[in-house]
Parts: sequence; structure tokens; C-alpha cells
Amino acid sequence: MSSYQLDLLSNLGINILLALSVYCPMATGQLSVGNAGFMAIGAYVSAILSVHVHLPLFPSLIIGGIVAGVIGALVGFPALRLKGIFLAMATLGFGEIVRNFFMNFLTPMTGGAYGFRGIGNIPISISWIWGWVAFFLIFFYFLSRSRVGLAMMATHDDETVSELIGVHIVLLKVGAFGLGAFIAGVAGGLYAHYYLYIEPEFFNVWESIHMVLYVIMGGMLTFWGGVLGAGIFTVLPEFLRFLKDWRGAFFGMVIIALMIARPSGLITKEMMRISFWIPYRKGERA
Amino acid sequence: MNQTPLLHLSRVSKAFGGLLAVNGLSLQVSQGYIYGLIGPNGAGKTTVFNLVTGVYPCTRGSIFLEGVDLTKLKPYRIARLGISRTFQTIRLFPNMTTREHVLIGQNFLSRSQLGSILPFWGTEEVTLENHAEEALRLLGLWEVRERKAVILPYGIQRKVEIARALAARPKLLLLDEPTAGMNVRETEDVLNALSKIHDFGITILVIEHDMRVVMGICDHIFVLNFGQMIAEGSPMEIRKDEQVLEAYLGREE
Repeated sequence: MSSYQLDLLSNLGINILLALSVYCPMATGQLSVGNAGFMAIGAYVSAILSVHVHLPLFPSLIIGGIVAGVIGALVGFPALRLKGIFLAMATLGFGEIVRNFFMNFLTPMTGGAYGFRGIGNIPISISWIWGWVAFFLIFFYFLSRSRVGLAMMATHDDETVSELIGVHIVLLKVGAFGLGAFIAGVAGGLYAHYYLYIEPEFFNVWESIHMVLYVIMGGMLTFWGGVLGAGIFTVLPEFLRFLKDWRGAFFGMVIIALMIARPSGLITKEMMRISFWIPYRKGERA
Repeated sequence: MNQTPLLHLSRVSKAFGGLLAVNGLSLQVSQGYIYGLIGPNGAGKTTVFNLVTGVYPCTRGSIFLEGVDLTKLKPYRIARLGISRTFQTIRLFPNMTTREHVLIGQNFLSRSQLGSILPFWGTEEVTLENHAEEALRLLGLWEVRERKAVILPYGIQRKVEIARALAARPKLLLLDEPTAGMNVRETEDVLNALSKIHDFGITILVIEHDMRVVMGICDHIFVLNFGQMIAEGSPMEIRKDEQVLEAYLGREE
């Protein structure tokens, strides 16, 4: 494979992870526009661990993810009080705090605004990235058919009623926020060790907005939506190269057209039902 | 006989700003009966439900379920202790099928929440599935179990709400106007279901405006007006009570 194709594949894998990181809190009704911040935390922590502490890759990635996840859960508590656009603004602010932190602090270790160079000598193979993608896809597949997944959907649909039928919504929402941050953190660690160079500017608001767009375009009600959205956002611009200068504008038009044609995203829950639920008609047995 | 009542409200008050929606209300509900909660509009009936289920905190007073103080508990804890409810305006989950409503209703009964990530792990899930089927069949929802609940007719949506509450196997079921806006046949359907639920030994407290329904199914009736209990007793007693007639019909000058 050419390095162009390799880069595209690794981008695709990382973007799928980022889409899942936004989908996870969104499945409980929380819109996070700060996931680039969690991605930055995972990227910087894992890079510091492997460069300065000489930890092997796997523990660096895990610790980076856990640090992002714990901070995510901590952000999740005040986030409980905010909804919709207000939560979006607050998380956006959080992402900016993280970006500025890495711009101005820890600079002896990370290079600050000059960027963090020399994260290892050779990039990790893309099977690292796709291994994580496979793991999380299997995880979300089982989660979506479990009772926890059902409780998440209930929380997404109506928090008050969910709580009145015994759903522990605080635990679910904080947990989902933390898990989303963990996934973003792992994706950040993979990014740092694939490109071997990171700088705070990579993790700006625009990056966070991209992640949200993957999920909104693909469909918010199933994790496959985010996967498809990430796929389209990553691959379609490559096929549009023949449009030259009009490429960006055309892609913007595709987004608008899709939002008009399918406002609830490309994949809906019903589509998952037809393809996945027929062999599972448990009721017929009785 | 069990000495502790199932539900006990002890001088409960709820103020919204200067308005006392519930004013020093005390009442006791014993296990195994159907109770009616009636009163003119704005009497505080739904507020009582919201206080019992923990939607609002009490301004004063305490609420006990089988002697356990509910006053400081979060709604999800109260639900897990055995109180389920329906809502005056139907509140279903827009993205869920009828069957999923019942499954989420019984969700907290599942001890292995994470075990259920693995599909149909062990016998617990099988038992819960059987209970879910029982609840669906009891309310005549078996045929529509895979349909999205919010696209079903109004009368059936009410039954989905009752099935969701019933699936939690509650000790006490609170129904907020279960037959509101229903035609005669739908009303009959719901009443039949209620008497079957009652046969399971589940205690029911029902807010209802239709006097024929209240007089027909309730063993005991509480009458509220301006947040205070103005009468309680059997349907026969309530029918003759001076204060009740006055509250509903007004005083003759």
C-alpha cells in the first residue's frame, strides 16, 4: 500500500474512534463539542509517557485514555446541569482550556506552540489503530443490545421519566461522558504515535466540530451512524479532488443536502432493526 | 395483619412560592386495595403523586413506604423501592418499541446490568423476558410489541404506559387519570386490566375524574380540595358527604 493509502486508512480509523467518542455521550442526550480537548489530553499524556518515561506503547495509550476519561467524568458532573446548546458552549470552552494549557504549560516536555517532535522513530502500524476500532465496535454492538444501552436510550428520550422508572441517570450520563472522553483520549494517543508529531493547534474547536458532524450526518440513534459519518467525511473529499478549488465548497453543499434529505442522519434505528433484529425474534419462541 | 401501612403520608405540605398546593395532608394506604384520589381541578392530586415519587421535595412532613422514609430519596431510589406511576399527559419514549418500554420498566430488577451486555446471559434474563411477556399480554399489547409506541392509538399508548409501570413489579401503582380522553370501549379495557393487576396483589392509587369509574372500582376514596383532605371513606360514604357535594357542585345560597 502506498503511504497515501496508509494515511487515509489510519485517518479513517482514528476518525471512527472520534465519532464513537461523540456518539457515546450523545446516546444519553449530551452534546459535547469539546472532544478535541480529550483527544489532546490522550495524545499529550501518552506521548509524554512514551518519550520521557519510556513506557511501551500499550500502557501509554491506556493511561492517556484513562487520564482523559477521568477528566471527562469530572467534566461530566457540572455538565449534568446543562442541556443542549448550553452544554455545547460549555464543552467548547473546556476544549479551548485544554488547547491553551498545552500551548503554555509543560513546554519543556512538550514544546508548547512549537509542537511535540520525535514521538518515537517509526510510526505505529495501522493494525494498532484498527485493532482499537474493532474492539470499540464490538463493545458498542453489545452495549446497544444490552439493558445498559436501553437505559441510555431512555435517558436520551426523557430524563424525568427515566429517573421515575428507576434509571440511575447521573451514573449513566457521567459514565457515558467519561467513556466518550476515554475513547477520544485513546484516539489522541494513536494519532500522536502514528504521525509522531503533535501541536496544540491540531486540537482546536474545528476538530471538535468535525467529530460532532460525523455523528449528526451519519445518524445519532445508533453507533453505526457515527461510523458511516466518519467514513464519508474522511473518504469523500479524496474522491472530490478532481473538483480542484471547488472541492471544499462542493463538500459543504453535500452536507447541506444531506441534512435536508435526511435530517435525522443517514442511518436510523429502524434500519438497524430490519438488518439485525430478524434473527432475534425471541417472542416467537414462546 | 401488617401494622405498618404500605404508604403513609404524615402532614405533608408543598408550597410553590406563596401557593400551598398541598397543605398538611395525612393519609394511609393499606396493601391490596384500590384507592381513589379525587377532587376538583387544582386540588393538588397530581402534586401528591409528584411528592410521593420524589419529583418535588416536600416542604414539610414525611412520606413512608412500608415504614421506610422516602422524603429525602431521589426518584430512582423510590422507584426501586416499589412505587411506579403513569402520567396525566402520556410520556412515552419516542424512539422505543412497545416491548422496549416494558423492558426498560423492569430494568432495575436486572442485577447483572453489565452481564446483559453479553446477549441473554444466564437465567435471570429469561425470567425477566417472561415477566415482560406477561405484562404485555395482560394489557393486550402482545400484537403491537415490535411497533414504535408513539405511533400507536391514544388508548393503546395509555396501556403501554401502564405496562411500563407494571413491569417494575411495584408494590404501589400510581395512575394519573388512566382513562382520560378514552372512549367507552378503551375505558372498559383499562378497567379490566386494572382489576387483573389488583388480583396480582398490587395496591393501586388512582386519580380519576370519571365518577362512574371511581365509584365502580375503588375500595376507598380520598377527596382533596385546596390541598387538604376534605373527606375519605368508601364510595357509598363519599357519595353522601356534604363537603364533597359542596366542593364539586358549589354551595346553595
